[in-house]
Amino acid sequence: MALTATERAVIAALDGGLPLVPRPYAAIGAKAGLSEAEVREVLGRLIETGVIRRLGLVVRHHELGYRANAMVVWDVPDGEVAAVGRLLASYPCVTLCYRRPRRPPVWPYNLFCMVHGQDRAEVTSLVRDIAQDLDLADLPHELLFSRRRFKQTGARYGRAAVKGAA
Amino acid sequence: MDALDRRIVNGLQGGFPICERPYAEAAAELGTDEATLVARLKALKAAGTLSRFGPMYHAERLGGALTLAAMAVPEDDFDRVAEIVNAFPEVAHNYAREHALNMWFVLATETPERIPDVLAAIEAATGHTVYDMPKIEEFFIGLRVEA
Repeated sequence: MALTATERAVIAALDGGLPLVPRPYAAIGAKAGLSEAEVREVLGRLIETGVIRRLGLVVRHHELGYRANAMVVWDVPDGEVAAVGRLLASYPCVTLCYRRPRRPPVWPYNLFCMVHGQDRAEVTSLVRDIAQDLDLADLPHELLFSRRRFKQTGARYGRAAVKGAA
Repeated sequence: MDALDRRIVNGLQGGFPICERPYAEAAAELGTDEATLVARLKALKAAGTLSRFGPMYHAERLGGALTLAAMAVPEDDFDRVAEIVNAFPEVAHNYAREHALNMWFVLATETPERIPDVLAAIEAATGHTVYDMPKIEEFFIGLRVEA
C-alpha cells in the first residue's frame, strides 16, 4: 500500500511518540504542517487500514517484573497449526504467536510463541500447563530462553527511524 | 507503581482516543484528570516502564518487510559474530538464546526485496549459515501485559 505524502508527514512527526501535552494532535500537526483535524483524520484512516495496529502505550516487560521470557516453539502437523496457533494466542502470558517455516534438519518447528513470566520457573510451568490444557504435551516442543539482548533499536524505514513497527 | 499507575498501564495498552483532548478523555475513564495522567505517563516513561507512547505500526503495511533469522554460532566466535550482525542497520533486535541455533535476530527492511540481500550479506560477513524464518501467519493476541 502506498502512503500519501500527508500520511508520511504524520508518521514522521510521530517518530518520538505522541507528545504528552493536552492537545497532542495539534502538536503533531504543528510539526507536520497540518491542522489538528487533518492529523486526526489521517490517524483514523491509518488505524482503519491497519497501517497502525494500535495507538497507546508499549511496556517494557522487564520493568514490570516479567524478567524471564522464552521463545516456545512447537512442531504441529500442518493441518492443525492454525487452530493451535489461535488457541495459544488466547493465553494472557503469550505475547506473540506466529506460524513460520521449518528448516530441516536443523529446525523442525513451525509454530512460535513468546511466553513471559516472573522467572524461568514460572515460564516453564506456564508452558507445561498450556501444553496439558491444549493436549499438546506429546507434540515436540522446546523453550528457548534468552540469555542476552544485544540490540533493540526498532525498525528503520527511510531516513527516519520508525519505532514501534512489528 | 501504585494503583493508578497500574490502571494506566493496563488501560492504555489497547487504544487511545483520537479527539481534541485525548488525555482528558482517557483520564476520565481511568478515574483521574488530564494533568495527573500526563504527569504519570511522563514519570512511567522516565522510569523506563514504558518504552513508548504512541502508534505501533504494521511493518508490511508501511511498505517494509520483517523477518526472523537464526544462526548457530560457536561459543568462542559469538562476540565477534554478534558485533558484525548488530552493525547492520537493518537488524532491529538480536537475542542470544539457549539452543544449537543460539543467535536470533529480527531484520526490518524498507522493501521486501532487501531481505534476501541483507541475509546474504550477513552470511558473507560472518561465515555462518543464516536460517530465514519469515512469518507465514500471525495469530491475534489480545493486548494485556498485566501490571
